[in-house]
Amino acid sequence: MNIAILSGKGGTGKTTVSTNLSLVTGSNYIDCDVEEPNGFIFLKPSQIASREVKMDYPLVDTNLCALCGACAKVCQFNALVRTKKKITLFEKLCHGCRACGLMCNHGALTFGKRVVGRIEEGTLWDIVCKRGILNVGELMAVPVIKELLTNLPEGVNLLDCSPGTSCNVVCSLQYADSAVLVTEPSLFGLHDLKMAVQLVRCFNLPLSVIINKYNPEDDRIERYCQQENIRVLGVIPYDREVVRVYSSGKMVVQLPEYRERFEKIAKNLREVFPWN
Amino acid sequence: MKVAISSTGRDLNSMLDTRFGRCNYFIIYDVEKGFVKAMENRGQISGGGAGIAAAQQIMDEDIDMVITGSMGPNAFNLLRNSDIKVYQCKNIQVEKAIQMLKDGGLEELTQVGPAHAGIGMGSGKGFRGGR
Repeated sequence: MNIAILSGKGGTGKTTVSTNLSLVTGSNYIDCDVEEPNGFIFLKPSQIASREVKMDYPLVDTNLCALCGACAKVCQFNALVRTKKKITLFEKLCHGCRACGLMCNHGALTFGKRVVGRIEEGTLWDIVCKRGILNVGELMAVPVIKELLTNLPEGVNLLDCSPGTSCNVVCSLQYADSAVLVTEPSLFGLHDLKMAVQLVRCFNLPLSVIINKYNPEDDRIERYCQQENIRVLGVIPYDREVVRVYSSGKMVVQLPEYRERFEKIAKNLREVFPWN
Repeated sequence: MKVAISSTGRDLNSMLDTRFGRCNYFIIYDVEKGFVKAMENRGQISGGGAGIAAAQQIMDEDIDMVITGSMGPNAFNLLRNSDIKVYQCKNIQVEKAIQMLKDGGLEELTQVGPAHAGIGMGSGKGFRGGR
């Protein structure tokens, strides 16, 4: 089973929740935030194997090209341009859809592959830790996320998603069986939580919420969840000690009080989702 | 000699749009014959590569010169490689910009602006948004 951990707003604690939950429950950790994966900093897996992610892109044979511009016209992403002298490619805009190849009547287009990122896989005890890394300067993360999420290990996988509700999150949700939304009691936290809830509901996935940086005097998230009939799995208090441990690259569950909290959240999680 | 001016409206009284890739219209003006037409900028509605789409449209129309405010690196290189000259102008009336060009009062654009500058950040498309 794959559980997506997402949030809407950035910096609410997706990685904190996923890495610590992974440790407490023995679930595999999959870092889908390929633009800036940071879960490995905390889990520190070993025996890391790495492989490249490649994408198709068109190659123009200038001897065969008649400069008709059919390839540039069909490209929905403006990756190909017909100038008076040649067809110019902007490879980073290319989605690798191969429509240009279908349109070319002169046999001038073939396809090559270029590296856009890589997948790393390691282990921490019996936990499989996987992450995708998008190369700096690349615009499209989805091909790396797709590659990362096909052939996931057996058992329960926690998918640590990107912030927001962009293509990257949509892509990750396509591989998920349920979703946990991590939020914080603030105006932005609630606003973006609502967007994330809307998105998850488009997929008809069971969902629940964890409130991080919890402040007992601010109940806006609880009120919203009650109204929308969403289960709150647990809260993580707004606590200087958590920040201290986190910023030194350690796991929050090293603190006994927080181990207990995460175990409770894990117990609630098993009740909400069909764990096996 | 055909000139294309990035514009906010469809006629010569409209204000020049200083954005190239995301302007509403291009006004096409023939230096000898006068106003030719206004065409909608296809780049304006594209999800990405707006400057590239706009440059493609300019090249397809056999334009010799462009007047705009600034231009990103992709569009700039495309036009330069196609020998289309780009002149820089402030947001004044299109008609006045053309007059300035005729009088030799416009400078050629030599410095490329930042990429993605014309995308309104408030339009719901965050910078990290995947395509």
